[in-house]
Amino acid sequence: MSFLVIQQIGPMATVQDLGRRGLSHAGVSGSGPMDMPSFRIANALVGNVENSAAIEFGGTGGSFSVLRPARIAVTGGAVDIRLGKRKLSPWESYTLLPDDVLSIGALRDCVWGYLAVSGGVDTVPVLGSRATHVRTGLGGYEGRRLQAGDRLPLGRDNPGVNLALRQLWRRSGGPVRIVPGPQDDYYSAETQRAFLKASFIVSPARDRMAQMLDGHAVHAEGGHDIVSDGTCAGSIQVPASGRPIVLMAERQTTGGYPKIATVATVDLPRLAQVPSGRHVSFAAISREKAEELLIAERTALRECLANLVEKPETDDVSGGMPS
Amino acid sequence: MGGKFPRILACGDSALSVELADTIDETVSERIIALAANLAATPVKGIEELVPTYRSLMVIYDPSVIRGHALDRELHRRLMVLTVNSVPARRFDVPVVYGGSVGLDLQELADMKEMTLAALIELHASAEYRVYMIGFAPGFAYLGGLPERLHTPRLATPRQRIEASAIGIGGKQASINSVPGPSGWRFIGRTPLRLFDPHRSQPFLLQAGDRVRFRPVSEDEAAELDRAVAAGQPVMEAQLS
Repeated sequence: MSFLVIQQIGPMATVQDLGRRGLSHAGVSGSGPMDMPSFRIANALVGNVENSAAIEFGGTGGSFSVLRPARIAVTGGAVDIRLGKRKLSPWESYTLLPDDVLSIGALRDCVWGYLAVSGGVDTVPVLGSRATHVRTGLGGYEGRRLQAGDRLPLGRDNPGVNLALRQLWRRSGGPVRIVPGPQDDYYSAETQRAFLKASFIVSPARDRMAQMLDGHAVHAEGGHDIVSDGTCAGSIQVPASGRPIVLMAERQTTGGYPKIATVATVDLPRLAQVPSGRHVSFAAISREKAEELLIAERTALRECLANLVEKPETDDVSGGMPS
Repeated sequence: MGGKFPRILACGDSALSVELADTIDETVSERIIALAANLAATPVKGIEELVPTYRSLMVIYDPSVIRGHALDRELHRRLMVLTVNSVPARRFDVPVVYGGSVGLDLQELADMKEMTLAALIELHASAEYRVYMIGFAPGFAYLGGLPERLHTPRLATPRQRIEASAIGIGGKQASINSVPGPSGWRFIGRTPLRLFDPHRSQPFLLQAGDRVRFRPVSEDEAAELDRAVAAGQPVMEAQLS
């Protein structure tokens, strides 16, 4: 068995797969990646099946080596990647040899990055998934964030060539789209209008569970306590402090604060990727529109993954996009 | 139920909430569980998960398979013809050691209520509780049926770490903690049982609709149960009635 040896690593790195599905009724959070398209692209670039586990890191990557040759790919956003002294590019795969050290620096203009290794991280699934849920210590590598010195077992690696994207995977721009509700009736029409006009600041108070928003307090005229009900990824709940909280991948399954709106699934990775201190605003769309956007994005992602291009073997270090 | 209920609320593009009420009520909870059972027995293609809560059923769906508006119609249709059959509830006796380092609020609660420790324990253990929902954390049981005299507001400042197995009181609700973590509830004891163990063949002990009674046990009996639980032996079985 081969291992990915972690020499150095940033403070927010975990093992993730597509997530732990089907156990919300038992209080088990789905977990999984903060930026699903970037995660899936990373796996596809190294020839992994879609539910392979990879490393998600927040802010800073780390340095890594392998015991046997493996293909690796880094996605998420712009970042310095080096293989020894060679400079590599994100969004394409390379071969990492046992004597190499792969170094991944700090992400620029985004928050969450992914390192996929061919064969996938092969830790023991817990409740059907390798995704780490840090709060409850479930899954991943010993149920915790990764540390220097960890050796992650890798799955069987099918031989393959290195791959690149045919076209860049672009995130949409503009306001983050939301679907009003489920508890929008706890907020007056005026409060809801002000919510859509406000410019919020992405707070540094953020983790895989929740993202706080500063800069504009939101008051629920109907009260800030509801009889607890279900939450989903993207729920925007507002406690009595008036500071909105967007629930993210590691959210708790139920909650007792009124939810003014839900972030459209297609825009949740984009919100997750906004660096702290930046401004965001929201635009309301219908549920039908949000569903259509999601269906269209899934089609676009499928096409993106089905149309990866093979890199010339002799030119592994070109680092550029195919012309 | 007249007025605004039942209603179906969109929760973005992949979930919706079937709301039957905005209160905690056993009849409502029974209907929620009956709707979930109905959907489990006769599934709707595209529904991925069902999350029963106190007064609503969250339905997580795949909009590539069924669109929200079509799902709304189907769920309204199911509600119209829904019958609540009295299925036998699972009943559990949960052993509890009152007080101790986990039940750190027991004495203060007794002082607050001007009760003796024995009277408070007897009152807590005399009631039958209903599991209204499992949520917040894996296997965490929200219980209704706490005697009114024991209703107690949560702490203004939550504590950073409360052990799994802690027996809690938060407002009108009671709880059995399933994982260690921060909490603003008050805690009066602990159970040797583990509500959640991901490595057990049945990782979750309780489910919505179950009935629970607390049985005071001595430290010695608890230590014996601790050993049995650690050895993976079953120490509690559901009684059907």
